[in-house]
Amino acid sequence: MDFDVAFLLSTFVKLVAAVPMTLGLFAASVSLGALLALGITYCRVSGGPLLSVFARAYIFVFRGSPLLIQMFLIYYGLGQFPAVRHSLFWPVLRDPFSCAVVALALCTAGYQAEIMRGGLQAVPAREIEAGRAAGMSRLLLFRRIIAPIAIRQALPAYSTEVILMVKSTALASLVTVWEVTGTAQRLISQTYRTMEVFLVATLIYLLINFIIVRLMALAEYRLSPHLRERPDPASSGGRQGEIHG
Amino acid sequence: MADAPVPAISVRNIHKSFGQHEVLRGISLDAHDGDVISILGASGSGKSTFLRCINLLETPDEGEITVAGEAIAMKRNRMGSLVPTDRKQVDRIRSELAMVFQSFNLWSHMTVLQNLIEGPVHVLKRPKAECIAEAEALLERVGLAERRNYYPAHLSGGQQQRAAIARALAMQPKALLFDEPTSALDPELVGEVLKVMRSLAEEGRTMLVVTHEMAFARNVSDRVMFLHEGVVEADGAPEDIFTNSDSERFRQFIGGFQA
Repeated sequence: MDFDVAFLLSTFVKLVAAVPMTLGLFAASVSLGALLALGITYCRVSGGPLLSVFARAYIFVFRGSPLLIQMFLIYYGLGQFPAVRHSLFWPVLRDPFSCAVVALALCTAGYQAEIMRGGLQAVPAREIEAGRAAGMSRLLLFRRIIAPIAIRQALPAYSTEVILMVKSTALASLVTVWEVTGTAQRLISQTYRTMEVFLVATLIYLLINFIIVRLMALAEYRLSPHLRERPDPASSGGRQGEIHG
Repeated sequence: MADAPVPAISVRNIHKSFGQHEVLRGISLDAHDGDVISILGASGSGKSTFLRCINLLETPDEGEITVAGEAIAMKRNRMGSLVPTDRKQVDRIRSELAMVFQSFNLWSHMTVLQNLIEGPVHVLKRPKAECIAEAEALLERVGLAERRNYYPAHLSGGQQQRAAIARALAMQPKALLFDEPTSALDPELVGEVLKVMRSLAEEGRTMLVVTHEMAFARNVSDRVMFLHEGVVEADGAPEDIFTNSDSERFRQFIGGFQA
């Protein structure tokens, strides 16, 4: 196989054109999934027994079955029911992009809910108690004490899930969304140069994930000054400011 | 009785069970402004639970709690146990009774200064600049001015507890509740915390102190309460109770410390 730089370049340009689609799938599904996950986590931790069972069942089903099948069920499966075709949701469910987003979001919500629950459980009971003893209302306690600590604790697991989601957007190619992987397959069917096209696609996913990993690491760093080494007493002893509301 | 001052804290007939085990079996207490009351007892005697009932970190099964003349409203739920009627009232009363914990319980994601201003700014809703100025004065007082931008994890136990006491003072509370404030400290760090507590007693703060520090109970407090198996076994001024108590159990208890 010759090393055809011109071909690699032109492939790169064609695949980069599909990156907005991949990022769109990713951003829409992760944020929609996060909202869903908040609700599920609430049901799981502070809802009554009925809501808790619902949350557990949801998490079990969406973590326990293949994402690809979930996506096929939503895109190909639901359209078979006339009730669905005549419903309010049909404009969403007949569009491949929105179907892919819905499937990805439903799935990641199950994982994200478990990550959020883990973060909440890692909040020391002692610090919650100190907040109650100071007269904090439930909402204030959550906003000022529980959420900041839980987010910090959940971040490493959360960044793994986010990276998995970037890669999961590739499945959308199987419901005819022309994101990076789908575009790569179309190029292969035109050129039969599997190796080169997929290598370029891999490179693009690596670049996206590299940026995401760096951003997550930065967030983690910013959120955890209290977990780092003690500052040098000579340099920080008399420092003023740095009070966050 | 007519001109008797209203007690800062008045607790009547507190009962509390955990499952089958009845930890508190009817305890009452009146603390007037400026009183320093030490609450002693062997572990399991219910002294911490009693203290935690006063600010409703534990809900008592029975009894009444009045803070500066205001009774905490409670009612019985369907299961027959007491629950506070008005959560806002409980939050407000808690903000008036600052608590210092055995394990400090500082908020780990905030610096010392942030810990101090958190309650005043967000619970009491006071202006931030004012709270910062007061917090810095308090840190000066407990000897932590230099450490105001440190996180709790970067402080020794004694420093953390002094910061926690300053955090309690920052709420400008009507009374301070200390739950074994020196029990989690290395012996060489106990002194610095007791020194701060002694200075608070001397300036006339109202303090309830659950402790194992006999010297503090004897020399600093105005009154000593000894709990045994959920009831008040001995109660009185330290000079009386430590020299000639009627209670055989209390004499045994302090004998164990002198040995």
